Amino acid sequence: MALIYVDKKPYEVKPGKNLLETCLTLGFNLPYFCWHPAMGSVGACRQCAVKVFKDENDANGRLVMSCMEGIRDNMYVSVDDPVARDFRSQNVEWLMTNHPHDCAVCDEGGSCHLQDMTVMTGHAYRRFRFPKRTYRNQYLGPFINHEMNRCIQCYRCVRFYKDYAGGKDLDVFAAHDHVYFGREKDGILENEFSGNLAEICPTGVFTDKTLKEHYTRKWDMTMAPSICQHCSLGCNIIAGERYGELRQVTSRFNSEVNGYFICDRGRFGYEFVNDITRVRQPVIRGKIADTGDKENLFNILAAVLLGGKIIGIGSPRASLEANFALRQLVGKQHFYQGIPENEAHLTHTVLEVLNCGRVHTPSLKETEQADVVLILGEDPTNSAPRLALALRQAVRQKPLENAANINIPAWHDAALRELIQEEKGELFIAYPIETKLDEVASETFHVAPDDIARFGFAIADYLNNTAPVPNGMNNQTLEIAKHVADILEKAERPLIVSGTTLFNEDIVKAAYNIALALEMEHKKAGLCFVLPECNSAGLGMMQAPSLTRAMENEDADTAIILENDLYRRGAKADIDHFLSGFKNIIVLDHLHNETTGKATILIPAATFAEGEGTLVNNEGRAQRFFQVFMPKNQNIRESWRWLDEFRQFRNGIMPEDLHELDNLTEELIAVLPQFRGVETVAPPADFRINGQRIPREPHRFSGRTSMLANVAVSEPKPPEDTDSPFSFTMEGYRGMPPAPLIPFYWSPGWNSVQSINKYQIEVGGPLHGGDPGVRLFREGLVSKAGFQDNIPTAFKPHTGETVIISLPHIFGSDELSVYSPSVASRSARPYIMVGNVDAERLRVGEGDILHVQIGDQGYDLPVIRKEALPEGLAAMPYNLPSMLGTVWPAKGILTKTMS
Amino acid sequence: MISLLRTMWLTFLHMFRKRETIQYPEEKVVLHPRWRGRIVLTRDPDMGERCVGCYLCAAACPVDCISLQATEDENGRRYPEFFRINFSRCIFCGYCEEACPTYAIQLIPDFEMGEYDRQNLVYEKEDLLINSEGKYPGYNYYKVAGLAAGVKGKGEGENEEPPVDVRSLLP
Repeated sequence: MALIYVDKKPYEVKPGKNLLETCLTLGFNLPYFCWHPAMGSVGACRQCAVKVFKDENDANGRLVMSCMEGIRDNMYVSVDDPVARDFRSQNVEWLMTNHPHDCAVCDEGGSCHLQDMTVMTGHAYRRFRFPKRTYRNQYLGPFINHEMNRCIQCYRCVRFYKDYAGGKDLDVFAAHDHVYFGREKDGILENEFSGNLAEICPTGVFTDKTLKEHYTRKWDMTMAPSICQHCSLGCNIIAGERYGELRQVTSRFNSEVNGYFICDRGRFGYEFVNDITRVRQPVIRGKIADTGDKENLFNILAAVLLGGKIIGIGSPRASLEANFALRQLVGKQHFYQGIPENEAHLTHTVLEVLNCGRVHTPSLKETEQADVVLILGEDPTNSAPRLALALRQAVRQKPLENAANINIPAWHDAALRELIQEEKGELFIAYPIETKLDEVASETFHVAPDDIARFGFAIADYLNNTAPVPNGMNNQTLEIAKHVADILEKAERPLIVSGTTLFNEDIVKAAYNIALALEMEHKKAGLCFVLPECNSAGLGMMQAPSLTRAMENEDADTAIILENDLYRRGAKADIDHFLSGFKNIIVLDHLHNETTGKATILIPAATFAEGEGTLVNNEGRAQRFFQVFMPKNQNIRESWRWLDEFRQFRNGIMPEDLHELDNLTEELIAVLPQFRGVETVAPPADFRINGQRIPREPHRFSGRTSMLANVAVSEPKPPEDTDSPFSFTMEGYRGMPPAPLIPFYWSPGWNSVQSINKYQIEVGGPLHGGDPGVRLFREGLVSKAGFQDNIPTAFKPHTGETVIISLPHIFGSDELSVYSPSVASRSARPYIMVGNVDAERLRVGEGDILHVQIGDQGYDLPVIRKEALPEGLAAMPYNLPSMLGTVWPAKGILTKTMS
Repeated sequence: MISLLRTMWLTFLHMFRKRETIQYPEEKVVLHPRWRGRIVLTRDPDMGERCVGCYLCAAACPVDCISLQATEDENGRRYPEFFRINFSRCIFCGYCEEACPTYAIQLIPDFEMGEYDRQNLVYEKEDLLINSEGKYPGYNYYKVAGLAAGVKGKGEGENEEPPVDVRSLLP
């Protein structure tokens, strides 16, 4: 620990940090713009000036930029020195000379770092009377709005977009006081993390375009901590509502998971909550049920629920609670995972591997710190985008190790980038085609899924002789495998990334073998799997049979389908046949889809914003999302609430006596002990601070007495939350809530997202009280399982049938996010991708139409030629809304259509 | 005794003073321009809506009786989709007028808003918007803001330079 004196008071601080972050950690309000805890310092904005003195007798001192000054022992600093204060105030005044008079029409207003810092430094009146500089704006696509006049040239946007996220199409142009941040010409920002620009930009140059469609100030939103529903990583988000509509999703800091950033699918995929195709009324045999009267509904349900055999079909996108409530309703032996057999088996294998205790499952933060990364059969940019961003940081770790030797501190971003230039750590990618991460990879290997697995097995064998050897590998491949093995062996923190994208179990096993072999060499290897959906792990941990098993076993009268569009899970004919076997089909869902069309009883379910629940992410971390708002429509309720009422009703409780449940999680861990720990994910519903709830609304929330005045001038009683310690009002505890219960970031003088600083133990570190989420996978030896040894044979192209693999797309492959118009406009179009050899054989060129016949399903798709794709393999986009119902990996016949 | 007579005398003298009581409603009260009465939404000199839906009035309102929703026209000009004031809650403090950056919301000298039904005190935008610039004639927010929203092009506002040519390297 170092001792520093700030304004003559001594403080014990951590060495190796810069002065700015130290001052912020100590609670001083020091203004800054260009520095960002995740991106380090460049000293561009000159805003964080403080005075540093030679020793205690030095009265003059010198002005320094605190972000560029390391902590030294016995350092004398003054934040409050009049010269430093004046400097900061004048600096803001200069920055503001060209800032437009826009706050009223600026989306950043009310959560603007520039506003906060201007007020903080005391600059109030513009003395500069000369004309303001202006710029023309650019069209940057459906996500981000550009208003360049507001720029204060802090360079954060390009530093994030280019340096941190690896974007290519945003840059700084022109010179001197005319610098321009934008694209070379109008066009869509290509990077998957462009949405973070809205949070990174300290002012309103880049703002959320989807928010603009239904603009609401931050202070007017009802917010709650939530979890992203659009991939298996479980990034933490804050969701905000106004007038009964979900308005915005922003990232919520969790140092173990997503840190400061989320991907564009998570940020802009929220609009399915407001979609017009929402299920809003219970529908019974095509008739909208009058459910002002609950008794009426239950009278109709009586015949269905009380007689006959019922099976339940769960869902990987429904919460743990909902799946469990269904399991309890129908009984253990009648509960099925709503996913096809191969996917269920694959998830099961992944969970088994991660739970065996022999390999380490890293958090996203740990993946960021890996020094050598091997990706086996996964495309994180499209299947788990935030992981790709973490891996882009990981490739910098190796070159950065040299920095300490030449005395460059870890926060000095400008110097570090200068030092490492284009140097990259080792990243190996084995995937059938090129991925976006290839540009930072040191070696890539484009082969068929089976050969990826064989490649993985070969690496494991080089690492440990006892691991099984694949036969008949060619020398070239073996050489690459040996090279990879050598580098993995030398690594300090090797990381293996794999997943379910290619639906190949052998790849998962190969990845496990490599991690295990490294572990046996006493390396702390990380093994990270990407799973298909947000609660795939949670559903998998329930260890229920798959949908395919349910289809084989058809003697039930009633099926209850929970938040699951079965037509995404199997061929249309099969699902049709399966569903036609039931007398009653009860579907609980929030959006109309093909499955809800088959329902005899359709029950409206709450989305993540209207209910609460727990999700288990790909690393086994259980995380709670909280209800953001009470839907205006009383019929929309959490699935678990409906299902629990059905269970009570089945157990003979009359509809008027149905009680609110309070012990579902307790029951869950009693019945399924593998979920022990879930009850501690967040404080219980009766948690209070000084007897008060935690308000979902900021204290400046407006319109309380007029929002609903058009309906009735007397204000209704605000809804009460029985499930969480939050209130739906602005009344309650105003201090800092525990980490899992932070509905929004705000601190006096810090209205913008930068107020996160105040919620962290130290700037950039974990939140006060520890980051939310509980890991359910046990570390430490559970099983003695050794190497997996079912090595597949090498892939050979078949004559006639082509193996078709699925390629996930960040925009389009996820079921819910495509309901957002912005995401839909970026969605991939249907295609069939073939390699050069196959294209020659089929005599098709780019854009020609190929007829693809998979089982009974036929598609006419335009061809994309991809040189890297191995012969005998074709690829199609994964689960686009227009081409559902394929069980992957598929086999199909490709024929050229005559036109 | 003397004080008693004195007060009676003073009271008697008041009979000859000017009457303060007026015969309202036949006779109207004189209200000064800055009198804080009924709230209106005014218009620009070009008769466009002045309100840009910035929500500052709503945030400033101590009784939270203002609610609105901002939206945009095809030029990017903001206006309120709805604007509602619940006058049964309003305390006529004038904070909304002080907060308004565009002089859109103004309190005018009119207090004759009595209703038999409280619900009728909920005013929507149609009830609030007047065809006048109110107390601040000539002001158009978009002329001084940096945004190009159909009122002026980029760099054509008051005290603005023409837009930067990004491809020029001249000093």
